[in-house]
Amino acid sequence: MGQITLKQVTKSFGNTDVIRPLDLEIGEGEFVVFVGPSGCGKSTLLRLIAGLEDISSGQILIDGQDASHTPPAKRGLAMVFQSYALYPHMSVRKNIAFPLKMAGMDQAAIDAKVNGAAKVLNLTDYLDRRPGQLSGGQRQRVAIGRAIVREPKAFLFDEPLSNLDAALRVNMRLEISELHQSLKTTMIYVTHDQVEAMTMADKIVVLSAGRIEQVGSPLDLYRHPANKFVAGFIGSPKMNFVTGPEAAKHGADTIGIRPEHLKLSDSGWAGKIGVTERLGSDTFLHVHMDGMDTMTVRTEGDTALKYGAPVHLTPDPACIHRFDAQGKTLA
Amino acid sequence: MATAHSRIAARFMLAPAVLMLLCWMIVPLAMTIYFSFLRYNLLMPGMEQWAGFDNYSYFLTDPAFFTALKNTLLLVGGVLLITVIGGTLLALLLDQAMYGQGFVRIMVIAPFFVMPTVSALVWKNMFMNPVNGLFAYMAKAVGLQPFDFLSQAPLASIILIVAWQWLPFAALILLTAMQSLDREQMEAAEMDGAGTFSRFIYIVVPHLTRAVTVVILIQTIFLLSVFAEILVTTNGGPGNASTNITYLVYAQSLLQFDVGGGSAGGIVAVILANIVAIFLMRMIGKNLEA
Repeated sequence: MGQITLKQVTKSFGNTDVIRPLDLEIGEGEFVVFVGPSGCGKSTLLRLIAGLEDISSGQILIDGQDASHTPPAKRGLAMVFQSYALYPHMSVRKNIAFPLKMAGMDQAAIDAKVNGAAKVLNLTDYLDRRPGQLSGGQRQRVAIGRAIVREPKAFLFDEPLSNLDAALRVNMRLEISELHQSLKTTMIYVTHDQVEAMTMADKIVVLSAGRIEQVGSPLDLYRHPANKFVAGFIGSPKMNFVTGPEAAKHGADTIGIRPEHLKLSDSGWAGKIGVTERLGSDTFLHVHMDGMDTMTVRTEGDTALKYGAPVHLTPDPACIHRFDAQGKTLA
Repeated sequence: MATAHSRIAARFMLAPAVLMLLCWMIVPLAMTIYFSFLRYNLLMPGMEQWAGFDNYSYFLTDPAFFTALKNTLLLVGGVLLITVIGGTLLALLLDQAMYGQGFVRIMVIAPFFVMPTVSALVWKNMFMNPVNGLFAYMAKAVGLQPFDFLSQAPLASIILIVAWQWLPFAALILLTAMQSLDREQMEAAEMDGAGTFSRFIYIVVPHLTRAVTVVILIQTIFLLSVFAEILVTTNGGPGNASTNITYLVYAQSLLQFDVGGGSAGGIVAVILANIVAIFLMRMIGKNLEA
């Protein structure tokens, strides 16, 4: 169980259309990530699915049942909020037990479930603490625990890692992915971070201005972006875009080359080295091109080039993406 | 920033203000304590004599004292009960989005700006008066006998008047507390299956405890010394049915001209207020710790 279908769903606040008519199919057990720049409507879309906002028109089906106007509690979904939204005056145990208590479950069954969830999430030692006494990662796990005990049809995550520091974020990312593998429950995850989207998702939904730009697996989006927006949004560092005569040579309005598909060479596009960013395993070169925008190149970790040194770049001809004037990918 | 030098300078500069405040408090207190040990009657000026603890024993054994003590506690407790519960409900209403929200909120605070004597007189003459009052008019309109509030239920009437004055204060403090509640917490509770009532009990009420503590502490301080409302409505009567300690001290010193006895009563009131304060801090003071 855990199949969610959106049919022509829209949402507007006053005259502003936040979500344009939108269709989406989320299969059972899938890990779906909504990704897009801030203000693209991804959180709103999640809240529509959760039932925290009313849809303006269209239909939401959960497991084939029309849930468009079902109250949030009856939809059988659990949500993890950006601020975790733990109840500060309750112990961790009571926080996790709260949905069960509201469902009127008896105390013995509640205890068993809470202890089970605490074990899975390594929270057993903290059950009697208050949320205020926990670290960010622990709070995050309590919020997940509160969602797990309900055994929902699907989990909804609203930018759950954005309040954590970088190291912890990588850990929690793994933990959530592990959790998905063991629970096999549908998960919908909202983030603005394309790295999270790429690493966690079975299916990525790229949103922009309330519209779906593309839906597909991470590698599908990386290799075959449907348009310039997706091409620029997915992949890090960003794709380089070239317009003008160079693009026209390939019969396109714009061509895009990912930093990893540009090679330093003896001839080709000329430019001067700008800032180099050394990550150890890789080095990112920002090259100021002659007659073109600055380009980013990904090279081996030990590339040693001085600021201002002249270089030439050659794109890998098999990996050039071509876009028309509207930004659509040319086949 | 806080070097030893700057701290010394700060102390010097603070000293005059601190000293002045100290005198402001200590001189009247010392004089009251001094008078409480004198036989000091305004009808016999210049005849003051040392009286030891006589004033205290007279005051504490006066049956009126126990009535006044009971009335004081009933007044404080009653008003607190009405304002905290009523204030929470009013805050819930004010928290709803509605047309003219800002204006309504300003109007709600209005009773707090009316001085106690005026509001008590308005209540006495325009609402509770058994002949001309609005309540009497309403009772007569449905064929009932008008109820003479201030003589039949004097203390309850005063509790009502004082509660009316303090309700806006409680409502506003609780409203701001309610507005600081994290919206995501309410949404999380909603997703967790908590209905409106459960959300109120499990999320809103615990969130309000700190604000309620502040309301109770501040109001208690002021309610222990309610005076004007009693003076202009019932004069402590009938008999001493609506006399509280503050009013008893006034009656002792300025109606019976016994300054010594009144001062002893004042000191007793100070001690009682401190006892109440200690109890309050024990009971609810821990709510203030973060």
